[in-house]
Amino acid sequence: MESIYLDHAATSPMHPDVIIEIHKAMESVYGNPSSIHTAGRAARKVLDNARSTLAKAIGAKENEIILTSGGTEADNTAIFGTAYANRSKGKHIITTQIEHHAVLNACEKLEKEGFEVTYLQVDRTGRISVDEFKKALRDDTILVTLMYGNNEVGTTQPIAEIGQLLKEHQAIFHTDAVQAFGIEKLNVDELNVDLLSVSSHKLNGPKGIGFLYQRTGIPLAATFYGGSQEKKRRAGTENVPAAVGFAKAVEIAQNGLQEKQKTYQRYREIFIDVLKSEQVSFEVNGHESYFLPHVLNISFKGMEVESFLVNLDIEGVFASSGSACTAGSIDPSHVLVAMFGAGTEELRNSIRFSFGIGLTEEMIKAAAIKTAKIVKRLAN
Amino acid sequence: MVETRDPSQIRVVVGMSGGVDSSVAAYLLKKQGYDVIGIFMKNWDDTDEFGVCTATEDYDDVIKVCNQIGIPYYAVNFEKQYWDKVFSYFLEEYKAGRTPNPDVMCNKEIKFKAFLEHALKLGADYLATGHYARVEERDGEVVMLRGVDNNKDQTYFLNQLSQEQLKHVMFPIGNIEKKEVRKIAEEAGLATAKKKDSTGICFIGERNFKEFLSQYLPAQPGKMETFDGKVMGQHDGLMYYTIGQRHGLGIGGEGEPWFVLGKDLDRNVLYVGQGFHHESLYSTSLTAVKMGFTTNKPKEKVFNCTAKFRYRQEDTPVEVELLEDGRAQITFAEPVRAITPGQAVVLYNGDECLGGGTIDEVFKDSEKLTYVG
Repeated sequence: MESIYLDHAATSPMHPDVIIEIHKAMESVYGNPSSIHTAGRAARKVLDNARSTLAKAIGAKENEIILTSGGTEADNTAIFGTAYANRSKGKHIITTQIEHHAVLNACEKLEKEGFEVTYLQVDRTGRISVDEFKKALRDDTILVTLMYGNNEVGTTQPIAEIGQLLKEHQAIFHTDAVQAFGIEKLNVDELNVDLLSVSSHKLNGPKGIGFLYQRTGIPLAATFYGGSQEKKRRAGTENVPAAVGFAKAVEIAQNGLQEKQKTYQRYREIFIDVLKSEQVSFEVNGHESYFLPHVLNISFKGMEVESFLVNLDIEGVFASSGSACTAGSIDPSHVLVAMFGAGTEELRNSIRFSFGIGLTEEMIKAAAIKTAKIVKRLAN
Repeated sequence: MVETRDPSQIRVVVGMSGGVDSSVAAYLLKKQGYDVIGIFMKNWDDTDEFGVCTATEDYDDVIKVCNQIGIPYYAVNFEKQYWDKVFSYFLEEYKAGRTPNPDVMCNKEIKFKAFLEHALKLGADYLATGHYARVEERDGEVVMLRGVDNNKDQTYFLNQLSQEQLKHVMFPIGNIEKKEVRKIAEEAGLATAKKKDSTGICFIGERNFKEFLSQYLPAQPGKMETFDGKVMGQHDGLMYYTIGQRHGLGIGGEGEPWFVLGKDLDRNVLYVGQGFHHESLYSTSLTAVKMGFTTNKPKEKVFNCTAKFRYRQEDTPVEVELLEDGRAQITFAEPVRAITPGQAVVLYNGDECLGGGTIDEVFKDSEKLTYVG
């Protein structure tokens, strides 16, 4: 049976060209970029080239890119680094209820340390209100951290608009763009963001690497201590082969943004059309206009996520739900709770299908047919 | 239901606990060529203050074993159903002064009901578990037989399974002995081969029973008395004691050791007496409620068979008379010690487990023993 991977928002397969580049780097570049000898310089050159590619992709300068172990570390560095470097200016932080846990749990930790955090609510589409944001903003706000596009439902936030509002404000503006980067064109100046997090494995790069964009002049306390790598903001010998692969993945992604968006939009339509023609009772979650096209979150009436996902897996369709289910513990998705409220049926019947490379329209159709079959068999 | 299909066409969901028995059950089925899926069931949240729960460790073992065997694995959560159907009953029974058997209820309502339904939703033909019991086709019905390891036989806990449930059940290790199960696990190099068997009630685990129960039910200490009204000491709360119990009374002095004989809920008194064979511990008949039988075939109103009144007890010959509303009168061939209301009475015909019920009232020569609860 052919398996159809529709969980690209969780992680994505590496692009074949990325694998080739990493392999080449592993074979030829072994030096430590901090070393003064020839081998070190060779590694430094490769690393700088990679960093340059990453920077260009978001309209940043090379020295504004801090390589990290991934999105979580980028978010943590942004949040703790900003909070600790600016605590003399205030202790107020604004975020949303639908952030990734890398942001939410970092904010909760800061609350325990005496910072005050406002968690903006979202509407049923998963979007915050700019008016609510204005009301929440205070003179002593030091950090605003808003997700660019949500990983569970795909809804995007008015980042540029908020960025504009914060131009004359002391608050540092961070956006977690982990799910959006590689799908949407992002430019840090157009968005007016000071910090921006990216992860490599969401866009067909290797796992274990990501970056934090840090606008020049923005103070940031270090979270790692050791050598002077990454301008002392992130100690530790750089993972050169991963950085090379990451850069290759970004290069490929940046060259195909529009095509990707069109393809994934098409996949959405196919998937939805099949469900409609199969007369399945469903509802697409998220925003009609502001969304990441590769994330398709659907509520199926009368379904239970637990057996639904297993059935999909047995049928070779790999999808996921926002609720973490570790060792059978159900933790309803905080994103869906924020959108629909606690105890609502959407928490138990929503599935996320997410698209990426290696798919065809036929595969999407086949997956939708299999999904419809399961729903018809199990929905009550 | 005689299977004519090739095993590869038969999907079996194995309920995996992370223990050696269910590991070997899954391993054997896979070896026989079935389409096997391992599922870990989480019924109880015992997350500690550091966010760690034993279920995570057990699930890790399930993952290791499934990867070794080469079968897919998943987890499913029945915490709510378990709380509603098993734990609430467990507390109610204790409140009423009885000694419930949550494992019987768990098998009836969770493992072979909610979990079985889940398995069927995944397209399973059968649900398999690592119980020491056997199922066999006889005269167009499935009968449940004792596990061949007499010391491990678990039909006592499975007595409430109906014919509809048994039709979908497999017990792959019921026809082998425990030490053979360990041996198979070791030879196959399964990660759980040397894992210690779990003991006690599943949601309490290794914890102190008294401490656990006191979190849910208020304990009312009171007097320990003999039937003559002589005060022998203090008890910590009637719910902590069960009929025939010796340990934990703290009564010293001369003569034979002291045992729990019964309870007076109204006066909050625990009756105690001396001697393992104290005559008040013996009874000659009981009435049971919620009688259930594994077969759908009509039962005679009165019949003879053997019975167990607690796990791992020798069978006693009995006469069963079926009454209205799922009740039964069960009369013993000879007096039996420490029959405890709330526990299961399970009936056997030779190797076959016929079914059973919950012990309600206990009699000695047709006089009700009011003091046992």
